[in-house]
Amino acid sequence: MLDASDDGYVTEDGRKIGGVVMEMKNITLRFGGVVAIKDISFDIRQGEIRAIIGPNGAGKSSMLNVISGFYVPQEGEVWFHGKKRPPMKPYEVARQGIARTFQNIALFEGMSVLDNVMTGRLNFMKTNIVQQAIWRGKAEAEEVENREAVEKIIDFLEIQHIRKTPVARLPYGLKKRVELARALAAEPKLLLLDEPMAGMNVEEKEDMSRFILDVNDEFGTTIALIEHDMGVVMDLSDRVVVMDYGKKIGDGTPDEVRNNQEVIDAYLGVSHD
Amino acid sequence: MAQTQSGAEGMHSLPALLHRNATQFGDAPAYREKEFGIWQCWTWAETAAEIRALALGFLELGVEKGDHIAVIGRNRPAHYWSMVAAQMVGAVPVPLYQDSVAEEMAYVLEHCGAKYVVCGDQEQVDKVIEIQENLHQVKHILYTDKRGMRKYDHSQMNALEDIMAEGRAGHYRFDAELDRRISEITYDDTCVMLYTSGTTGKPKGVVLSNRNVIESARNSAEFDHLTRNEDILSYLPMAWVGDFIFSVGQAYWCGFCVNCPESADTMMTDLREIGPTYFFAPPRVFETQLTNVMIRMQDASALKQRMFNYFMDHAKKVGGRILDGKPVGLIDRLKYALGNVLVYGPLKDTLGYGRIRVGYTAGEAIGPEIFEFYRSLGINLKQLYGQTEATVFITVQPDGEVRADTVGVPAPDVEIRIDDKGEIYYRSPGVFVEYYKNPESTASTKDPEGWVATGDAGFIEESSGHLRIIDRAKDVGKMADGSMFAPKYVENKLKFYPDILEAVLFGNGRDRCVAFINIDLTAVGNWAERNNIAYASYQELAGHPRVLETIRSHVEEVNKSVAADEMLSGCQVHRFVVLHKELDPDDGEITRTRKVRRKFVEDKYADIIAALYDGSETVSTTTEVTYEDGRKGSISATLQIVDVPVVPVSHQKVAAE
Repeated sequence: MLDASDDGYVTEDGRKIGGVVMEMKNITLRFGGVVAIKDISFDIRQGEIRAIIGPNGAGKSSMLNVISGFYVPQEGEVWFHGKKRPPMKPYEVARQGIARTFQNIALFEGMSVLDNVMTGRLNFMKTNIVQQAIWRGKAEAEEVENREAVEKIIDFLEIQHIRKTPVARLPYGLKKRVELARALAAEPKLLLLDEPMAGMNVEEKEDMSRFILDVNDEFGTTIALIEHDMGVVMDLSDRVVVMDYGKKIGDGTPDEVRNNQEVIDAYLGVSHD
Repeated sequence: MAQTQSGAEGMHSLPALLHRNATQFGDAPAYREKEFGIWQCWTWAETAAEIRALALGFLELGVEKGDHIAVIGRNRPAHYWSMVAAQMVGAVPVPLYQDSVAEEMAYVLEHCGAKYVVCGDQEQVDKVIEIQENLHQVKHILYTDKRGMRKYDHSQMNALEDIMAEGRAGHYRFDAELDRRISEITYDDTCVMLYTSGTTGKPKGVVLSNRNVIESARNSAEFDHLTRNEDILSYLPMAWVGDFIFSVGQAYWCGFCVNCPESADTMMTDLREIGPTYFFAPPRVFETQLTNVMIRMQDASALKQRMFNYFMDHAKKVGGRILDGKPVGLIDRLKYALGNVLVYGPLKDTLGYGRIRVGYTAGEAIGPEIFEFYRSLGINLKQLYGQTEATVFITVQPDGEVRADTVGVPAPDVEIRIDDKGEIYYRSPGVFVEYYKNPESTASTKDPEGWVATGDAGFIEESSGHLRIIDRAKDVGKMADGSMFAPKYVENKLKFYPDILEAVLFGNGRDRCVAFINIDLTAVGNWAERNNIAYASYQELAGHPRVLETIRSHVEEVNKSVAADEMLSGCQVHRFVVLHKELDPDDGEITRTRKVRRKFVEDKYADIIAALYDGSETVSTTTEVTYEDGRKGSISATLQIVDVPVVPVSHQKVAAE
């Protein structure tokens, strides 16, 4: 296992990983009689790329929804920045600095890329509806300020050429990138990515991997991601949680996980009695 | 013409021109770049300060006189500044094509012995580091975009802006040294070294002196009455001589503003926002734009279509004549003015050509219809003929004497002669100094009297004095029956069809001609969409029977038109294939400036050519392809060979429509 002292650890490529940002303690989540997550504990550390993997139906997306506060687990505790987090509305979670992308893209299809990314800045807008209707003055200054932040993200993700294009007209790979841009616009401390590479071709996957690494490197954002593509997961992440049938069956560096017999069984299949 | 303009005494280098611009009109805009969605502007005074800081930074790095500094990146002010800063410290800037693969770049870096490299971004830095493993000559790498660079070992690397900051901080130490180096620059010192893309063999480093660049810039600026109020968009590769002359030479001589697009993908939007007054583009850009206009018009409402067609017909009739200042009746003029309000004006605005005073195209022949289309809108589009070795200008078309089939009269101070084999020679103040480290090539290209062989065959039209180009001199050959074989002539006719992107004609020494054809994916793809033709890949679309049928009808029309030319009627296409992949510079099939490497293509696809001549109906082939990251793969395909009727030619009488 990793040296999980409270000061963090140093990755193979020399990045310093800090203390625990988020800790999941004995989480259990049920939908009626179905147990989606069963007594799972793990932590996410400052600055790391943490992957959650597992076969279909393992409970990965449910886990992400627990982290994002969308689901409230029946048992267990979520600790964020050293404090126990009470049940919260999703917008309250967003204000705490957690942003996410979705497995099925959830953008405003009729709006331009720029407007979509601007919606990510909502938490930085303080003017009320009347001020915004008048616009001149306070709302204008606020928009200029937020537009600048958004333009930096557009530049970072290299989507300048589609700035004014309605999202509905974009190919799938670019939509994914726009979604990432919107999540980044919220300047999250913790970024949750739900299958960022699903449905992409090899080139798009390479681009997306590059962007995820760059986001982590450039902004120091902590990232938790769910991904099916094992090659991508193993290359990108610092530590991996493996789930199967709602249980945690492995946790560690990609190499440790790769050699874990239970993980191999879950992926290659053994008879479950 | 040849004497120096008043007020330009001592203007013997770009740093001297920079100083003049910064002192005489320091508040005028010199550079604009779109960043973060906004056009950022630098005045000449600010530019001079930035370049000086960079030059001081170079001194701090230890750049010596005569060192070569390579610049690899897209068109950005910082990259242009690096080149002028290099000149200030007595070094030689060498701009390179940023999309060249590592091995091409390795050759050029080794050949020029660059000790310093300015890279645009991480991608270029990675290439240089890879090359550096075998080539331990680069002392320091500089980069403009900091993204992703944090983790690199910075012992021999730095961000350009950090070097500038260091230069500013250390100015007390280096000011005197920098001023001494600037004052030592002479008119005959090297201004820049540009590598020619080389349709054959290895690239050659063309050394251009300050004299070459400044005199060419001055002559051409006077020819077209360029002022410091021009705006240009710099989007063509920095390694190409044209960009150096337009965006550096003429810009510094005239003091006009250079605008850099946000990224390669946003070029068309940026073009529209800037609305340049002076514009250069290869024919391909104009072709693409025209294709897009036509595609969009087909989707427009019936009223708009009728209006467009009506006024475009009228423009075709009188637009060119009005532009050339020839007599046109009052009614026609009024109708044209109305069309200008309703159609031409808005269209020009959409294309970004609303303010153009002078536009040039060169590099390849442009289709007469495309050329006339733009001119009929009132856009003063002209052609020029030039070479890196001539510092661009050999011939240019004067206002009012513009035609699609010539390349104009000799540029100011240029002399031209045609030898008995038809090859064009020229002599001018722009003639290059030498090929770097290659005296044999220098001697075989430039004779002791300063005449340079262009390698192109052509003739001067007696009635107008304009030069007409037939083909590359070495490509012009003879057919088996002794008639002339000029492939470019036929290929250009084929390429004027929007559906055809590229064509290669074979037939030298044979009894008949055959051709390879590349379809244009934009145009054909759009046609397929409108006709409900489904396709999964380029290869499938290229092999579609209806596509082949369309191409066959184009080739047939070309044959008729070729047959009408007495000299070249033997060059009609008997059979052709539509290739299963686009000819690509990464595969070495065409150069970075998109000229076909004929010999290479002939060898690579020898099996297909054999099939074209042996009468078989299909040919199966496997082709190696190179991906952008340098990996190789292969694609196989079975290609349909299409026969085309030709117009029978008798030597007494030419049968034509």
